[in-house]
Amino acid sequence: MKFSRARKGAVTVRLEAGEARLLSRCAADLLELLGPEPVEQDDLFASLGLSGGQVDRPSDPALLRLFPDAYASADEAGREATADFRRFTESDLRAGKRRDARTLVETLQGADGAVQLDGRQTAAWLGCLNDLRLVLGARLEVTEQMDLGDVSEDAPEHHALMVYTWLGGVQELLLQRLL
Amino acid sequence: MTAPATLDEPRTDEHAAVDTPWVTIVWNDPVNLMSYVTHVLMDLFGYSKARAEKLMLMVHEEGRAVVSNGTREQMEVDVQRCHGCGLWATLQQD
Repeated sequence: MKFSRARKGAVTVRLEAGEARLLSRCAADLLELLGPEPVEQDDLFASLGLSGGQVDRPSDPALLRLFPDAYASADEAGREATADFRRFTESDLRAGKRRDARTLVETLQGADGAVQLDGRQTAAWLGCLNDLRLVLGARLEVTEQMDLGDVSEDAPEHHALMVYTWLGGVQELLLQRLL
Repeated sequence: MTAPATLDEPRTDEHAAVDTPWVTIVWNDPVNLMSYVTHVLMDLFGYSKARAEKLMLMVHEEGRAVVSNGTREQMEVDVQRCHGCGLWATLQQD
């Protein structure tokens, strides 16, 4: 995959069909993990923080990494403030991540060797690549000390690690064009 | 009942900081690329590349860095924006 920069924020992506398929599938998996769009009325209430119901702290480590606790303090006040923060922000955060993933899927549809991204789409690609790496990193329990090259080809997590490493390379290439 | 506050010198930024002692902290994590953290700090907070890189290195080497300060409400907005970009951020009273 190659990125070249047209004007500020706009980017051209050159990629092979297999790369486009893999990226689309990753983004589709992420959309599934993020769950369906809330129906309109719920969305309105949720956006006003009026949905009433508590938004539970995710039990899935990958979702918890996407929507972390806002207050580090684990005392009662910290837990309450974190729960309030979730109630007011998580539906918007989920909507933003869904939007990014959908943009990735849509821009890859019918991609024939090259994709033109405007500034907004480029930001969505960058954000979604990061979300994908956060999810895979949480699933694979990646640590800074981990040598990803040490994992045997027979290990069950080998394929996911290859994808994780590849996504990191793609994201780095894109960042080189933006920084 | 409380005594009126007396100000015996002009307010400075230092005094303003006392009134707004909340901070947004970004924590180190093993997944985010260093270049990505730099990019996000420039994008969200309008920091120069040099300042963003300095903060990113502080996160990387010391495990955390204060990236903004202000009122609690402002910091909740900053933390939400950080979470939107996948940075592991929390807020607390300094």
